[in-house]
Parts: sequence; C-alpha cells; structure tokens
Amino acid sequence: MMELLNALPGAVAQGLIWGIMAIGLYITYKILDFADLTVDGSITTGACVCAVMLNDGANVWVCLLAAFLSGALAGLITGVLHTLMGIPPILSGILTQLMLWSINLKILGKSNMAVNGRSLPVLISSLNSPMAILVVGLFIVCLITLLYFLFGTEIGCTLRATGNNEQMVKAQGVNVKANKILGLMISNALVALAGALLAQYQGFADINMGRGAIVIGLAAIIIGQTRIGFIGRNFALKLFGCALGGVCYYLVYQFVVWLGLDTDLLKLLSAIVVAVFLAIPYIKKEYFSRPHKELPSAQPSEQGEENHA
Amino acid sequence: MLELKNIKKTFNAGTINEKVALKGVNLVLNDGDFVTVIGGNGAGKSTLLNAIAGVWRLDQGKILLDGQDVTAMPEYKRAKFLGRVFQDPMKGTAADMQIDENLAIAKMRGKRHTLRWGVKKADKKEFVEALKMLDLGLENRLTSKVGLLSGGQRQAVTLLMAAMNQPKLLLLDEHTAALDPKTAAKVLEITEKIVTEQKLTTLMITHNMKDAIKHGNRLIMMHEGRTIIDVSGEEKSKLTVEDLLEMFTKASGGEFTSDRAILS
Repeated sequence: MMELLNALPGAVAQGLIWGIMAIGLYITYKILDFADLTVDGSITTGACVCAVMLNDGANVWVCLLAAFLSGALAGLITGVLHTLMGIPPILSGILTQLMLWSINLKILGKSNMAVNGRSLPVLISSLNSPMAILVVGLFIVCLITLLYFLFGTEIGCTLRATGNNEQMVKAQGVNVKANKILGLMISNALVALAGALLAQYQGFADINMGRGAIVIGLAAIIIGQTRIGFIGRNFALKLFGCALGGVCYYLVYQFVVWLGLDTDLLKLLSAIVVAVFLAIPYIKKEYFSRPHKELPSAQPSEQGEENHA
Repeated sequence: MLELKNIKKTFNAGTINEKVALKGVNLVLNDGDFVTVIGGNGAGKSTLLNAIAGVWRLDQGKILLDGQDVTAMPEYKRAKFLGRVFQDPMKGTAADMQIDENLAIAKMRGKRHTLRWGVKKADKKEFVEALKMLDLGLENRLTSKVGLLSGGQRQAVTLLMAAMNQPKLLLLDEHTAALDPKTAAKVLEITEKIVTEQKLTTLMITHNMKDAIKHGNRLIMMHEGRTIIDVSGEEKSKLTVEDLLEMFTKASGGEFTSDRAILS
C-alpha cells in the first residue's frame, strides 16, 4: 500500500504533463474535427529537441520554446499535406509521423538520451514530484487562460467554426485551409511542449516514447469529458477536463501496475478502454434509440452535442 | 453589376457519369435586380449559383462583378462580395456556436481576422436589432447555440448573416425548400423585407412558380444548362403560372417535367 501511495505524486505529475498533450490534441480532435496522428511523432520531437539542447547547455526556457516551435513545424507539414495536397487527414498524420521518426533519430543522434535532473538546469524532475506538479499545474493554468482567450478572438471564432461547419465558414470568407494549418500548428506545438516537459520529468528522451500517444491523449479527453461534463460545458472547463483526464489516466495506470498487471499489456488495455468509450455513443444511437415521432426536418442538430465556449 | 459571359461547366467529364450542367450561360444583372430563377430538376440552377460563388473552377467563360474579373478568385475571397443561403438549413450556420458568434463571423466577412475579441459589445446591439426584425423571439437568445433552433429559425439567422455588411450580391439557393409551407412563407417574407430594405441585388432559386412570379422584378427560367426565358418589369408582373408553362413549352419544345414546380 505504501508503495502505491509513494507512486501517487509521480502519477499526478505525469498525468498533468499528458494533460497538456491532451489539451493540444483537443484542438484538432474536438475543435477542428481532425483525427491527427502526427502527435505520436511530435511529442517525441519535442522531447528530443529539449533533451539535445539541454545537454548542449542551453537555457531551459529556450529549450521549451524550441520544442514548441518544432511541434508547430510538424503540424505545418501535416497541414500542408492535407490542405494543399489533398491527402486525407489520417494519412497526412501518419505520413508526418513516419517522417518525424527519422527526423527524431537524427536530432537525437541515437535511440535515447538521458536528461540528468541533477546536473542539468531542468525545470521539473521526478526527483521532486511535488515541485513538478506545481510547475506543470501553473503551465496548465496559463495555457488554458491563453487558449480560452485565443478561441474567443476573431481568429479563434473562425477556427471553431471551421471544425463545425466548413461550408458555412467558406461562405463567410474564411480561408479554411489556412485555418486548418493554424489549428494543427497550435495543437502540435502544445503536444511537443508536453514532450519536452516529459523528457525532463522522466529524465530521458526516447525515440519510441510517442508510440500510442494519441490513444493516451484521447483517453484523457474522454475521461475528462465524462468527469467534467456534469459541472459545466464552458470551454475553459473542458480544457481543464483534459488535464484532469490525464491525471485520472495515470492514477489508474499506477493502480493497475500496483495490482501486478503485466505492463506489456497496458497499451492493449488503454486502446480497449478508448475504443469502448468511442463506441458507446454510436452503440447507444444505433441499437438503443427509440424511433422519433417528429418529422426528420424537425430534429435538433446532432452536432449540437459537442459545444464550445 | 454581375456579368456572366458564356460560362460552361461539365461534371465528371469523360466518365459514364458525365453531366453537362452549364452549356454557355450569358447573364447580366443590373444593380438592385431581384431575380427569381426557376427550372426543372437538373436544369443547372444550383450550378449557376455555385459558379458565381466560386465553389469550383469553370470550364470556360468569365464572371465579372462590378467590372472586376473574379473568374479565378477562390471561393473564400469571393465571399467578401457575396451573401449566400443554402437549401439545407444546417449548412448556413455553425450549430455548436452561439447565435451572436455566428452573426459575428458574418460581420467579419471580407475583413482581416485579428486577435480582437470575436463578439464585440458594439455589434451586439446591432445583432439584437436585426434579430428583432425577424420577429421570431431570437433577440433574447443571443447566447443560445444555433443547433437548438428550428430549421426556419436557422434559415432566418442565415439570411441575416448573408445580408450583413451589404453584399454586392445575395445568392439564395432554394432556401425555403426544406421548410414546411408556413415557415417557408415566413422566411420568404423576411427575405423580401431584407432585400427591399437594403436594396440588395439578389438571385433567388425557387421551385415554386407562384413565388417566382410574386417576388422580384425579373424572372429567369433555366432548362438543360441554358437560360431559356428572361422576363422583367411590366411583363413579369403580369405573368401567371399558365403563361410560364406555355412559354416553357415554346422555348424548350417539350413539356415542363418537374411535378414539384407545378404542384406547389
């Protein structure tokens, strides 16, 4: 039992870092309605950039900024592949992800690199989990505030509308392609930032650390929505829900590990959990809905369920 | 103000599904014209509107708007000059966003989008006034999600959005076709009000011949990708449905085939 309790601060810290990743993913997955697989690559890119620069003696804030920008660049590639070259969203993401695998190896120069929390000027480290929770928590508060205001601006409004109704947005003179690229850049920049924080916290960057990241991110989003849904539908709350979802995910993770589950099976478990949660709305609608009495034209929009702001 | 010069469009060229939608349409609209467009299914009415809106590239021909050649201008840039309402009430508004946010996006049409707050306080008053004019009780629901509104209400909001910032041309693509008769009449009434008050040059597709005769100062009938009838002014105001059907038979050498248009 003590073992589990001792692991809790670490789980919370890691969960919060993944929460930042989930907030980034939320922008593409929920707001732009774009399932972006780039994130598996861009989270690693952020980690690699940060690890290499820290080991080269760069300032930790400069490292974070560089990681942020590298993620934005990754998002730009996916965006260009999709909007200017007409490649479907999922495939654009997969292509970028594969490109990034090679690029990440080149950045790192080897398959993994240590980020020594004792000798390097890291911002957070697993050596001091409570401090890490505080720092990452502050990051999240700042991010949510920033995003809340960003999505309330003119550009933010059109971004939200782009994912909601492309046709309407075009008719209102919005450059849909540019908007999608912008959204992908912001999203992946945040994901890479999460990667940079993760590398510092866990004390290393690894070429494979991003594998299945999208599933963890989705799990965090889904958990967050079911937990936060009854409190309110405010945009800031939803982003907060993503962060909380990340924490829940890692608490469950620690608990399952403590129960003695084979850690090799964790990815299988995560994927199944996410699959089940994604399937529930469909199954409910397809197999358990009662026939409507109204005419089809009178039905309220089904898209109305996912509200922003 | 709007000039179409011999525009042609074929879909799925070279395949078994080839469809020649526009076979060389010439049309000149004058400032303040309110033109109703009728024609059977597949006559090219919606294609004509989409051509003007720039949804895809033309095969041939030119489109001039106030003397400016917009043929190669992408859809989103052309939107600056145009207000559009679609047949499907779901298409014109963003369901997950509030009424005021939707109106605000329309208000930004044709302007540079910045990092200023999206829904400005000063604009809210204007939105309330505009919504009051609709007489649908929406003026008290500025922050309601558009997805909660009925089809007719959504179409009315879309009309407001389309007419915002005085567009050069208003394009209405059977915007009452998906509504029940009573709601359709109401939306049409609002349309008439907005168009006359703002003196908007308008192209309105309708499948209802009576509506086509009753509204506007000019009527165009399309058939197989061409305009075959174009009446305006005095002559138009005296038209009856029977006259129209007779004119159609003469011009096309066949019976009018759309039951929908005759019956309604």
